[in-house]
Amino acid sequence: MTPVATSFFFYLLSGLALLGGVLVITRRNPVHSALALILTLLALAGIYLMLYAPFVAGVQILLYAGGIMVLFLFVIMLVNIGRAEKEKQFNKQWIVSFVAAAVTGLLFVWILTKSPLLRQIAQKAPMQLPEASNTQDVGNLLYGQYMLSFEIASLLLLVAIVGAVVMAKKRI
Amino acid sequence: MLNYVTSYLNSNVTPGQAGNVFWAFVYIMVVFAGISLAVVAMNWLERKALAHMQVRLGPMRVGPHGLLQPIADAIKLLLKEDIIPDRADKAVFWAAPFMVVMAAFTTYIVVPFGPTHAITDMNIGILFMLGVSSLGVLGIVMAGWASNSNYPLMGALRSSAQMISYEVAMGMAVVSAVVMTSLNDKGVGTLSMIGIVQAQQQQGIWFAFKFFPLGFVALGIFAIAMVAETNRAPFDLPEAESELTAGFHTEYSGFRWSLFMLGEYAAMIAVSSVAVTLWLGGWLRPFPNALSGSGWDFVFSLFPGFTFLILAGFAFLGVIRMPKHPYFKAETLGLAGFAGALGLIGLILFIPPVRDRIEDIYWFIAKVAVFMYLYIWYRATFPRYRFDQLMKVGWKVLLPTAIGVLIFTAVLGVTIK
Repeated sequence: MTPVATSFFFYLLSGLALLGGVLVITRRNPVHSALALILTLLALAGIYLMLYAPFVAGVQILLYAGGIMVLFLFVIMLVNIGRAEKEKQFNKQWIVSFVAAAVTGLLFVWILTKSPLLRQIAQKAPMQLPEASNTQDVGNLLYGQYMLSFEIASLLLLVAIVGAVVMAKKRI
Repeated sequence: MLNYVTSYLNSNVTPGQAGNVFWAFVYIMVVFAGISLAVVAMNWLERKALAHMQVRLGPMRVGPHGLLQPIADAIKLLLKEDIIPDRADKAVFWAAPFMVVMAAFTTYIVVPFGPTHAITDMNIGILFMLGVSSLGVLGIVMAGWASNSNYPLMGALRSSAQMISYEVAMGMAVVSAVVMTSLNDKGVGTLSMIGIVQAQQQQGIWFAFKFFPLGFVALGIFAIAMVAETNRAPFDLPEAESELTAGFHTEYSGFRWSLFMLGEYAAMIAVSSVAVTLWLGGWLRPFPNALSGSGWDFVFSLFPGFTFLILAGFAFLGVIRMPKHPYFKAETLGLAGFAGALGLIGLILFIPPVRDRIEDIYWFIAKVAVFMYLYIWYRATFPRYRFDQLMKVGWKVLLPTAIGVLIFTAVLGVTIK
């Protein structure tokens, strides 16, 4: 099936993602920020779908929007929101932040226009996994070519779990 | 235009895959209406069945045997004043019920009522289903927090903790079923809902009976976890009325409250259909091996019609047993009309072209209905768990068992095939 109204959906989804991102840092209430972050994550899932990466989109919804953000909200509800709302949201570092943002922006523009590395990448056709076997191909890559990095990542997560248990329990 | 509409009828894929916007819209409307109707029917059936299990009559006043009670309730809820507490967070309070309903109904995009009777088929079907249904808890958490009240907040916290704990065991059980789909010549499995049922068709066995008792245990784990996921008794701690008034929806009333109910029942049907798809052969008819052949095919294709005729028979029995007093005249006539409509539907389902198209949908819905009845039965039978017991069951019983089932399934799959 050929995609329809691609540019419309791209601008809609990226607009939603940007809107959510701006709301995350401007809302005073942390719960509102977390909800705006969910909006951003869902919009990103839609963009992954447009990039022919349905598996990544599904995992994005399942893990980030459905799992991690629920835990986020869970923790935020346990802290005292009344105090967080009274605290100052922005500090007075306007000059430094503007310079940093401008430099980062310039860096992005420079890479996009001048970088030889990006030109190399742009010349190669992007790898497109067919939609019908996308998940299977991702699985083959993860457990074949990138086996080692995958296992290292899972080891890292295990270390984090053990650390959390050690911190939470007084006596193991 | 007409050509566009009719061209789909010759294809043998779902409208979403065929890219036919018109038929996709029709399917969405039919599924939406069907699920809403099922929720209404479930509402009546639950109250009736619960009442009879507790030796009561249940709703009897509105219509014959309370058949019109759900409609009366719906009108009452719609006419009620819409109250938003003064100190509530208005925007989040407003959005929460919609979140629950949207999450529950979006999952139906991939539910396979038949080989072509689904809105669409995705390569990530089951993943999509689990992901979107896990968004429902966000609505519950939002509702509990936005009410700015203690009981709803406690309910929301309980709900999120419970859902996250049981989602792990549920996911492991689902993975063991997905592993079973890869036991074919190519050794390639699938996550697509239609693909999973077709894998059961090819292997000639429902996954509940594969590697007995492994598939059955996985189904059991899923069946327990799905009750916890949908916040139903005996895992209904988020709305435990003896401790938390009504849990996360204490501050809701009228239309918004009814949206929560709609979302809850729609989510129950959605997870039941996942269980049916993964382990009980989806739209496949029972006993495909023992009772095979065109004769048995014919016999099984008569089931939908007979089901409706039996229902019509019960309704006619009700008409006969109705009191003969003139006060009951309208009710008697109404029930007779209802019985006639049921009988007519039953007769239509015997026409061969209709029979062939409806059979897969019938078997799917019949299997889902069994799970829906189990929900009512659980509620009438089991006392509510305590919260620490709930966590213990989730993490110390279900999760290790699910991991064990997954490992054994993988080992058996590699060795036996």
